[in-house]
Amino acid sequence: MSASRPISLATRSLCKSFDKPAVDNLDLTIYGGEFYCLLGPNGAGKTTTLRMVAGLLRPDAGSIAIDGIDALSHPEDAKQITAWLSDEPMIYDKLTPYEYLEFVAGLWRIDTKTAEARARELIAWLGLEGQAHDRCEGFSKGTRQKVALAGALVHDPKLIILDEPLTGLDAGSARQVKNVLRERVTAGGTVIMTTHILEVAERMADRIGVIANGRLIAEGTLDELRIKTGASGTSLEDTFLALVANEHAQMVAAE
Amino acid sequence: MSNPASLTWLAGHELRLGWRDWTSLITAGGRTRTHYAVIAIIIFAIAMHGFAYWIVAGYADTNLSSDPTTLVAITATLVLSWSLLLSQAMESVTRAFYTRADLDLILTSPVSSRKVFAVRMGRIAVAAVAVAVLLAAPFIDVLAVRGGSRWLAAYGVVAAMGAVATAAALGLTIALFRLIGPKRTRLIAQIVAAVIGAAFVIGLQVMAIFSGGTLSRAAALQSEWIRAHAPGPDSLMWWPARAALGDYGALVAIVLFSIALLGGAIALFSGRFGDHAMAAASVGSARVRQRRGSLAFRRRSPQRVLRQKEWTLLLRDPWLISQTLMQILYLLPPAILLWLSFGVHKEEDEYVVLIPVIVMAAGQLAGGLAWLSISGEDAPDLVATAPIPASRIMMAKIEAVIGMIALIFAPIAVVLAFDAVFAGIVAMLGVLAAAAGSTLIQISFRVQARRSQFRKRQTSSRVATFAEAFSSISWAATAAIAANGSWFFIMPAMVALLILWGVRMISPRTQA
Repeated sequence: MSASRPISLATRSLCKSFDKPAVDNLDLTIYGGEFYCLLGPNGAGKTTTLRMVAGLLRPDAGSIAIDGIDALSHPEDAKQITAWLSDEPMIYDKLTPYEYLEFVAGLWRIDTKTAEARARELIAWLGLEGQAHDRCEGFSKGTRQKVALAGALVHDPKLIILDEPLTGLDAGSARQVKNVLRERVTAGGTVIMTTHILEVAERMADRIGVIANGRLIAEGTLDELRIKTGASGTSLEDTFLALVANEHAQMVAAE
Repeated sequence: MSNPASLTWLAGHELRLGWRDWTSLITAGGRTRTHYAVIAIIIFAIAMHGFAYWIVAGYADTNLSSDPTTLVAITATLVLSWSLLLSQAMESVTRAFYTRADLDLILTSPVSSRKVFAVRMGRIAVAAVAVAVLLAAPFIDVLAVRGGSRWLAAYGVVAAMGAVATAAALGLTIALFRLIGPKRTRLIAQIVAAVIGAAFVIGLQVMAIFSGGTLSRAAALQSEWIRAHAPGPDSLMWWPARAALGDYGALVAIVLFSIALLGGAIALFSGRFGDHAMAAASVGSARVRQRRGSLAFRRRSPQRVLRQKEWTLLLRDPWLISQTLMQILYLLPPAILLWLSFGVHKEEDEYVVLIPVIVMAAGQLAGGLAWLSISGEDAPDLVATAPIPASRIMMAKIEAVIGMIALIFAPIAVVLAFDAVFAGIVAMLGVLAAAAGSTLIQISFRVQARRSQFRKRQTSSRVATFAEAFSSISWAATAAIAANGSWFFIMPAMVALLILWGVRMISPRTQA
């Protein structure tokens, strides 16, 4: 299946160290039209990986290719087709959602007519019609996250990178965000997302990558991961904990 | 050890928080920097004593008596200082209202909130008194060493002024709260505080300009009009001045009065403080609907979009405008001087008074705007992931700052140029140089912060703050000397460039 699909994101030997290695020779391959969940314990290197892919951090070594574009030598071209959304929605309190989308469209040089139509569609899609012309300063976390998500989608990115996008959202808002992401994937977009909510990964991801100590320790569909741990029929939580415990044991033994 | 939840226990808690706030302010959050901070404080104290010696040593050993001229001069100095204390106290009271911090914990605990807020008001008073005493100490010490121990009475006067300023600030802020509601009080209180802080200085300068055409503050106080209209020597109005001169009867009276006033204000307002703070805390959730002529997206380049965003955010934030208002307010006297002199032939050297004020204000204002635009970016990830080179993003932000400065200062320079072309050109070049210098300093010391942290910008990097001030002063001196037609302007210009070079060298970004 994968051989016939275009590669949306490829990282090769990606490395980044702060006080100690955060990402260590990471090879990731994510295909177009795929919903990929990156899981891992706290401090595993998930956010660092995604921030490098989004162009927010410069890797110490390795390469990143987005839709075939070298993101390190042609960052603007890679950014043109990428969107980034973090767990803390960073939007401007004094702008309205409509103005925020106009600002984002301007930064991405989207044709005004196209951007306007897309903004209206996204505002309706995310149930923001009632607040489209209110300043964002009084919005709840869920509404702010929806505005940020609309901003991430207004330039119709091919690759959407999300770092814990569902943290702190109520059930209704979380479902809306999940629906929007699923529809993007159905329409051919690629989503790579980190989450601590394993149920979300279990239900939504086409493939799951498990990262620990900056290295990819397992990757595949849920069934493939279960086979790897030798425990078929277990939940993703059990599988994930078994994989991480196994990695930890190997590390301790190596030391 | 005091009982938990008793007044002394709560006061101890507040003192501990206050002390940690202060040490964090001085050391910029770094524990290891404490000894550097202590050395810096000692050097600063010695420098301040030197400065105080230069200013007041001459007055100490003259046999100052309670003659009208002395009383007017001391009272004016005390009123000037008190207006600044009141401004600071209003700022503290407003902040106490609008900072949610531990409000939920306090109001859900079984301790009397009246007691907690009484202690918190006491902390504001202690902070106001401490600042007043620390700033006045070098002057009082010099006067006491040179003129005798009677000058030590001034410490009591300064402490009393701090207490009265806090009581007045509590009364004013709560009156505003009740009159205009929590939503508008934050902005209005900030503006009132800024205007009070600047009003007396500006008032004196305006009086001086109208009476003599100069910016000397002392001129107004020596005028015949003041002498003729001043109250008699036995008036209560002179008691603080008498106390400062060593009249112990007057000192005891004003200290007792200040304690009674502050105690009364705390007793009166502490009961409702919690209600007001809760009302203030809910202000943030109020909705503001933005009306706009056309709902169609506008076709603009990314740089223009960024510039427009900076200007829109600033213009929609009255609190930030009020924070920068102080610097604009100081332009008022020079503007009046300019207006008075317009059309009358002036020698260009008379603009030596005017031009440095304009250039200094531009440098300081540009520093604030540059911080907001560069460090106070509320969506840094969004801007950094946009398909635009970082250099163009930075250039758009610099253009936003310089554009705003040009918009504010160009009309002044144009009016100036109508009267004296050379002075107008020099003023505008000075404005642009000072603005560019401050912006460059802010770029060198940029950090990631929220716009709401604007007040703390001066403590996040003391090097940047001092560099910004010295750069503005140097450009102001450059412009003043250049306007006078002297080639010596090169010297302060070289100092300004050296400051900028030094900033680039020690910038964390250059070192990284």
